[in-house]
Amino acid sequence: MIPGLAIFLLREDQVITRTTLNVLGALTKLALIAAMVLGVYRGQLYETRFPLMPGFDLVLHASALPMLFVVLSAVLWLITTIYAIGYLERSPGRSRFFGFFSVCVSATTGIALSGNLFTFVLFYELLTLATYPLVVHRGTREALRAGKIYLAYTLTGGTVLMVAVVWMHAVVGPFDFMEGGALATHFEDHRQALTILFWVMVASLGVKAALVPLHGWLPVAMVAPAPVSALLHAVAVVKAGAYGIVRLVYDVYGITFVRDLGLGTGLAIWASITIIYASLRALSQDKLKRMLAYSTVSQVAYIILGVGLGGPLASVGGIVHLVHQGVMKITLFFCAGNLAETLGIHRISQTRGVARRMPWTMAAFTVGALGMIGVPPLAGFISKWSLGTGAAASGSPWALAVLAISSALNAAYFLPVVFRAYFQEPLRPWPRESEAERFETHLSLLLPPVITALFVIAMGLAASSTWSPLSWVELLVARIYPGPASGAGGM
Amino acid sequence: MSSLPLISAAIWVPLLGALFVSLWPRRYAALWGMGAALVSATSALGLVVAVAVAGPRRERLGGWGAPAGIELWVDGLSALMIAMTAVVGLVISVYAVAYFRAADGAADSERREIDLRREAYFWRIWLVVWAAINAVFASADLFNLYVTLEVVGLGAVALVALAGGRALPAAMRYLFVTLSGSLLYLLGVVLIYSEGGTLALFQAGEMLVVGALSQAALVVMVVGLALKTALFPLHFWLPPAHADAPAPVSALLSALVIKVTFYILVRLWVVVFPPEVSQPVGEILMILGLVAVIWGSWRALRQERLKMLVAYSTVAQVGYLFLVFGLGPRADGSAGWQAGAYFAISHACAKGAMFLAAGAIARAVGHDQIEEMRGVGAQLALPFFAFGLGGISLMGLPPSGGYVSKWLFITSAAATGDVIVVVAVALGGLLAAAYVFRVLALAFERAPREGAPPLRPIPSTLGWAALALGAVAVALGLAAGAPLALLEVGLPFGQSLAEGVTP
Repeated sequence: MIPGLAIFLLREDQVITRTTLNVLGALTKLALIAAMVLGVYRGQLYETRFPLMPGFDLVLHASALPMLFVVLSAVLWLITTIYAIGYLERSPGRSRFFGFFSVCVSATTGIALSGNLFTFVLFYELLTLATYPLVVHRGTREALRAGKIYLAYTLTGGTVLMVAVVWMHAVVGPFDFMEGGALATHFEDHRQALTILFWVMVASLGVKAALVPLHGWLPVAMVAPAPVSALLHAVAVVKAGAYGIVRLVYDVYGITFVRDLGLGTGLAIWASITIIYASLRALSQDKLKRMLAYSTVSQVAYIILGVGLGGPLASVGGIVHLVHQGVMKITLFFCAGNLAETLGIHRISQTRGVARRMPWTMAAFTVGALGMIGVPPLAGFISKWSLGTGAAASGSPWALAVLAISSALNAAYFLPVVFRAYFQEPLRPWPRESEAERFETHLSLLLPPVITALFVIAMGLAASSTWSPLSWVELLVARIYPGPASGAGGM
Repeated sequence: MSSLPLISAAIWVPLLGALFVSLWPRRYAALWGMGAALVSATSALGLVVAVAVAGPRRERLGGWGAPAGIELWVDGLSALMIAMTAVVGLVISVYAVAYFRAADGAADSERREIDLRREAYFWRIWLVVWAAINAVFASADLFNLYVTLEVVGLGAVALVALAGGRALPAAMRYLFVTLSGSLLYLLGVVLIYSEGGTLALFQAGEMLVVGALSQAALVVMVVGLALKTALFPLHFWLPPAHADAPAPVSALLSALVIKVTFYILVRLWVVVFPPEVSQPVGEILMILGLVAVIWGSWRALRQERLKMLVAYSTVAQVGYLFLVFGLGPRADGSAGWQAGAYFAISHACAKGAMFLAAGAIARAVGHDQIEEMRGVGAQLALPFFAFGLGGISLMGLPPSGGYVSKWLFITSAAATGDVIVVVAVALGGLLAAAYVFRVLALAFERAPREGAPPLRPIPSTLGWAALALGAVAVALGLAAGAPLALLEVGLPFGQSLAEGVTP
């Protein structure tokens, strides 16, 4: 079972071949994953082991938490591929783009499925390499500068991470990820070294997860084409960092060990600072994509907050936000891309009255925005509710205040966009597309945001059904917190 | 199978090839040269497989054994080095066929005559150098090492001089360096002989006594070989020599020739000199290596010519090689040595790919000024991709041989507590990323090329050959098991990794 290694490096120029291969690849992968999800649900474990160096195996391991991330990336990949095909129509270098796009998704899948730190680092660095060509795809001076900054941040982070991982192996020897924590039981005697290592690793992962003050690359990287930004923010890079921290806490250190060392609170405080700071910065942006970037910084920190707070409820909130934020943010980026591509709108001040010209796009945007704010019954509400109750349950009421403030800030920067779009007169009449198009924009640009917006609604409404991410996460958290605590997990 | 003289064949086949190239008229040089390269690579790989399957091999030339006769000995380390030479040598040969033929189109007959002569010389010298490199790796005798080393050095100088023009002063300097390096080495051999009365590599160690004489022997040999390997601060000759040579020559100098002297040093360390003598020198070499990593990378970052950048990167990478003389003896088992050997082969593939790619790019653009290459990426995607693959290995990013060796380095440095090595290796990787991406950014930039002459067409073989080596560099990161297992054959470093590091 190695779907992650199915790399489609397409170099040919035929549009049809490439498109078919792309979509087929995405679909095949989805089918494979669906089969694996069923298996994991029944408690089966898939594992591939492949010795790379003496003592270090490449381990791919599918259990509940990885599957969550894999499903997310596979579904959103399919949708983004469709979007990208429409978005990049008639622009040069498409073969290169989709080639690296596929490598990027393979790396993400590899990150998701990695069964030990060695494998994780390997795919984590591969992801950096695969995303650089996507970031600089436009080839302008600005794009190249952004690429340089992006590399400076992520490569430094990656190197620090690698050193930390090697150091950890030197301290405790090779080990695999384990539900419940691989280090938890045996290594009481290395407390100090492991505490330092924890912070070093969180900081290096925090570069990709864009924890303040390590977030500098993210707003700059916004020069990338919209599908790239969408993927970067929703599943690939930022999430890889957040996911890494999640695995570090649950599967390497183990939640009890983290609590024992008193690391969780620090993590939660760091996340809170990020949430508030990034929301404030988002408030003062005029460029739509930059605003979304800062919003990502703050939203991803929710995941870390949930993990840091500890306790089953907060964990559910944090991990489920991994999925919810991905779907919501990808919707918003698709919409921003549509506005830019169809009408040339890049700034928030230009969005007056745009809803009349592009009603479907703006409807999707509104759903995404409301979800971000946490309006019931959308997906964002579910994660915020879990986080909130979790914060109260784990005795950190200050986190409730953080959540409240950030929700208010979210509203403050998202609602004006929605308001302008619907209720203000346009500055001048919108240009009509000269071609006789039946829809407000190209169909392959329009469908993806609408579909993901529907996901946002569905995930909120049907949160308690068996197949929702929430139930999956509860299943997962129940496995992480054994014993009596699991009762609390099953709300 | 064990009765076949496989080791001698690895040396004789390229020599015979050189002979054939010389015997036939010049216009057949490429044909015979390529044929000889194919047969040489095949026979060398046959030797490697035989060693991997049946263990180390020994051959006595003319039936005389050590200490009087010439003895050839191939264990895992030698086999790995011979395999590296075969793979890189074969790709360079393919590249060279296209590289030297591309000048065929020259209109006037005098120019064409010069090109033909240059091609013929290249094949003759290159095949001799190939034979000599294999001979170094197979020699079990200090004096024999000297002779073969001298052949490699002189051949390399002649190859640099092939480029003519500004390469001539560089070749001259290189000549002095390689001659004095060999002489210093010879002086060391004489000292060892006067002390122990033997030249056999594996017997000299038992005869040597710890003392001033053996210390002196070690120091002169180390200075001579470090000079030839271009260890900081003795690297001054390398960048011009490697950058101004024709592209296939640059590739084989950086990939193979400097590894020869490194290999001899490793042998001296492991089997000849007792640790009491070599330990302090090893510490100094490690520190010089650390400085080289940082200094070479920094200089590479500041270069304006593409091939100079790649050449300075070699200075930096040589620094990594010399880390093993500090780490190797200290690390558990053979982890440190293995890191060095693995680094040597992955650097050979990566740097070979980069020099070949740089040569292809320079030929298409007509110069190798980095600043004036903006906007050429779209037409030269293949060589840039090859450059990138090699670059990944230099940066030590996965999946690549460079990543595996970096991991091994950091692991053994962490185990011995050499924090400064960890920091330098990490920093060196980042600096490598800085200079590699400085070039790769060119490939992605879409700048108008106003006033610039149009690109010259280049044979696609140039790009594909570079890509092939780049692919090998990446493959070394995905299948590290087999080469590392080969390194265990005959236990060249004493204790095995399997017993040493992994619990």
